[in-house]
Order: sequence, then structure tokens, then C-alpha cells
Amino acid sequence: MRALTWHGKRDVRVDTVDDPEIRNPRDAIIKITSTAICGSDLHLYDGYIPTMKAGDILGHEFMGEVVEVGSKSTLRKGQRVVVPFTIACGSCYHCGKHQYSACDNGLPADNQDIAQELYGQPMSGLFGYSHMTGGYAGGQAEYVRVPFSDVGPIVIPDGIEDDKVLFLSDILPTGWQAAEFAQIEPGDTIAVWGCGPVGLFAVQSAFLMGAERVIAIDHFPHRLELAKKFGAETINFKESAVYEALMQMTGGIGPDACIDSVGLEAHGFFVDNVLDQIKKSTFLGTDRIHANRQAILACRKGGRISMPAVYGGFVDKWPLGAFMEKGLTLKTGQTHVQHYLPGLLNAIVEGKIDTTFLISHRLPLEQAPEGYKMFHDKQNEVTKVVLKPGLAIAAE
Amino acid sequence: MSEIRDTQTDDAPASTAKTQQGRDVATDGLIDAQGEDVVGRSVTIGKPAAELFAYFRNFANLPTFMENVVRIDVLDNQRSHWVVKAPGDKLVEWDARITEERDGELIAWTSEEGADVANSGRIEFTEAGARGTVVTATIAYDPPGGAIGKLIAKMFQREPAIQARRDLRRFKQLMETGEVATASRNKREFEERG
Repeated sequence: MRALTWHGKRDVRVDTVDDPEIRNPRDAIIKITSTAICGSDLHLYDGYIPTMKAGDILGHEFMGEVVEVGSKSTLRKGQRVVVPFTIACGSCYHCGKHQYSACDNGLPADNQDIAQELYGQPMSGLFGYSHMTGGYAGGQAEYVRVPFSDVGPIVIPDGIEDDKVLFLSDILPTGWQAAEFAQIEPGDTIAVWGCGPVGLFAVQSAFLMGAERVIAIDHFPHRLELAKKFGAETINFKESAVYEALMQMTGGIGPDACIDSVGLEAHGFFVDNVLDQIKKSTFLGTDRIHANRQAILACRKGGRISMPAVYGGFVDKWPLGAFMEKGLTLKTGQTHVQHYLPGLLNAIVEGKIDTTFLISHRLPLEQAPEGYKMFHDKQNEVTKVVLKPGLAIAAE
Repeated sequence: MSEIRDTQTDDAPASTAKTQQGRDVATDGLIDAQGEDVVGRSVTIGKPAAELFAYFRNFANLPTFMENVVRIDVLDNQRSHWVVKAPGDKLVEWDARITEERDGELIAWTSEEGADVANSGRIEFTEAGARGTVVTATIAYDPPGGAIGKLIAKMFQREPAIQARRDLRRFKQLMETGEVATASRNKREFEERG
């Protein structure tokens, strides 16, 4: 089959590789119909995530048609499914508590050592996201092997096109969980750093959860424009001082909850950010956390910080004092996708949530490397690239 | 649970002691202790102790989750013959004898004369209420080639300390999910990964 493979920093290629097979009784093989490039794939593209190997197949946002099932799979051939990016067994203690991204059994035992050293305990497996998260082949390919197919994938009813449901795989539940972690009360003002897909879905979700005002922060005018369409007020950090603006916009109180959906590659020419960046590029290894520092300083006393943003390692000059003195609460983590799927699919079917506005580009799988470059270089116009393996076949 | 050291002032398992003296207490608990290096590992499995014990006690089952174990021949109710992968595509073999057994709770073993790698150990199954069962493995062994042999084994990830943790995790996966997690895309890739 054809698949998008990683070969090094800013070097991804479409290669011919072996087809996947059923390896375990609960597996299924999915023929991919749509798969998206995620903002977090850019961290791989930029070489920020360790334990990548040349030839690794990327992609953790995907859906398609069931073409093969193991003896213990509950799926049937021909069903259309969206697959969660987290690989969770459904039977361990954490899955029992719906903490799917903390699944004990999703990671192969040999891959658990690194996370054990780095994080204390290993987490669930992830598709196409380095060997620390399992070394599972991703879905930017013609076919993918899906473990635990009896608990992960959600079956999509006929008549709902891919573009409406594809983002159930990651970014929609991630944005939703981010808003849920902000513990929104009616009348609250919520500030969201980063208007990428997760930030935009967090904006949408925050309003659905009863926020009175949402203030969206970014520097790409087009992305701020999209946030405005959902009713958010905006701050462009290239034009305005964020902390001062937030304080004035909230009458000197600060936002009740702050959502950091930026992560370890924060943009912006701030002194702390430049220092972080120098260390990162010289392998002194800290994540760039400017947005996170700003969120902690701006947040109202006793407020909440929700952090869907991906961080991987250590940070410098994290304002622990401000965090403690103001009595803030922080909730974070990889998304417990499986927990949110039924409710969010329902909301899509009922027309309460629309995610199609986000897709700016649709490309055949063969043009995936161009898709990465575009998404990386032109973040203002390119909000989401969806790869369609079927398009290539149609073109031939 | 694990033995507690006489002189210690905390409740931590003996195998985690920072001194050799402290760690010796863990091996003292082994009847016919064989081997110098000691490894202690615990994992909690969401199944009843009786079920886990029954699966484990049938030694022929062990290669399903012990990656480096090529084969175990059950010789009689107390004795078994082990064939295990070692660094450099070598195989090491030994006969093991059960030295103590409490149904549903504990199995202790030691290797017999002529073992390629002298070893002894104990696996305990402790009921943990709603969480299931805590399974603790304590293994003492003499690394072939001493410290250098241990280093080589570590490089090849065939060292007992690494293997014990991984094997317990595979045991948990098999018992809780019915399968051992693998990221291999197909059979060929699986065999290459070993």
C-alpha cells in the first residue's frame, strides 16, 4: 500500500510499504477514506518529538471502511468508522473510569520503558506518534491496523459524509474536553490561547457549555476571523498587549478560565519565548511555554487553567508562585476520546456542532508531503488539510 | 507482600533498598537463594488471584507472555526445563524446581545444578480488593559473565530486570484484554522486532 512516512526533520514521503494484517483477535483493518494532518503532526515534522524512526507511518486522525476483522472484533466488514487516536483496551482500571488515554494496556510492553522513565508511568498507545507512544503505524495511508477495534472505533450512520465526522478522531473531542476541563459556569468569561483547530473547537464548546464571553488569542487574522464567527471576541498578540487587553476586557478581574491550546511550539517574539527557543534548538531541551505563562498571569484568582496543548518534556520559568498564590486549578491530559464519541456524534447528527468550516484543503494521499509543507508554512490560510486516498485512485 | 528489612525505618519493599545489605533481605526470603542480583517488580491486574495463579502455574503457558522464553517443558509436578534467549542469538537452559507453593498465593523456585544461569525467585499473588490482584516477582540471578555480561544483556534488552517488568506487563495485558499488545503491522514485521 501507499503511506506517508517520516524520514527526518521536514522530510516526509509517500512510500510503498507492506499492507497491514490482523495480528490480534480484537484487531480490524480499515481502508482509509479520509485522514487529516494534525497540528501535533507538525511537532513530528519539525523534529521536536523523540523516538521517531525513519519509515514510521504518520497520522492519527482518520476514518474509513472496515475491510477485515479479527475473531473478537465487534465490527462488520463494510461499516464506516471513525477511529480515536488513543489506543485503549477498554478493560483495565483506567478504561473502567473512562480515563482512556491513561489505558494500562494500549502500549506494547517494550515501548512502556521510555514513558516510564520520562513520566513515571506509561500512558495509552497513540497512532502514528513516535515509539514512545507505541510505534503504531498511523492512518495517513491506504490501510491501517486498528487494535481493540471492539472498543475504539465508532460506527457512522449512512448518509453523513466524512468531512462532517472525521474530526471526532481527535480535535473535536480534544476541544470539547478542553472546555469541560475549564469547568465553565454560566456567565463566565473564557480566554483561549491559540486558534488552531483545537482552540476553535474549544471556543465553540465553551459557548455550548454556557460561557457568556469567549476571548480568542492568536496572531493569524484568518484564524481570529473564524473564532469571531462563533461569537468570540479576539486579541491579535502582534497588535495588542495580551495581559493588559484581557485585564481591561474583564474589568480588571481576569478571565474565569484560561485554555492553552498552543503547546510546545508557541510562536511570538517575547523574551522568554526566544530563550526557550534557543534552548530547544541547542538541545538544552525545554518546551516553549509563553502562552502558558501568560494564561497563568491573566487568569482570575481562584480560576481554572485547562491545557489541551501538547507538551513533551521540561519547562523553564513556569510561574509556579503565581499559580500557587492565586489558587489556580490546572486540568490537562491527552483526550479520553472514547468517552466523548457517542455524545459528540449525536451533536453532529442533530446539527448542533459543525466542523466542516475548518477544512481549507483536500488533497490526494500522494500529495501529503505538500500538505505538510503548506500547513507548516502558511498557517493563516491553511487551517486544516484532509488527505483522501480515494482521490488519487480516481485521478489515475 | 515483600519482606521488610530488620533495620529499616520505612515500609518500602526490601528489593528497593539503596544498600546491598538491605536488598539481601529480599533474597533471604528465598529458599535456596541462588544468584547475586535481585529484581523486584509489581503489577496490579484486574482479575482474581485464583485465576491468575492457575494460568501461571501451568508453566507451559508462560511463553505466551514471557518474550525471551522459547520453551518450557514440564518434567513433573515440581520440575520444569527452561529454554531462554540470551544476547547474541544464544540460548541458555536450566532445570527449575519448585521450592514452595501456596495455592492461589505464591510459587517459589530455584534452578538446579548445571544451570547456564543460576537463578531463583518467587511470584506472589496478593488480593487487592476492587483493583484485582497485586502480582510481585522477585528474582535473584547470576548474570553470565558477571557485571560485563549484565551490561551486554542490558544492551540487548535481555536483562532480567528489564524482562521482569515487561513480562509482568504482558501477563497483565493477556489476562485483562485477552491479547498481548503489539504495534507490528504484519507477521514479517513482528518477527523482525523479535
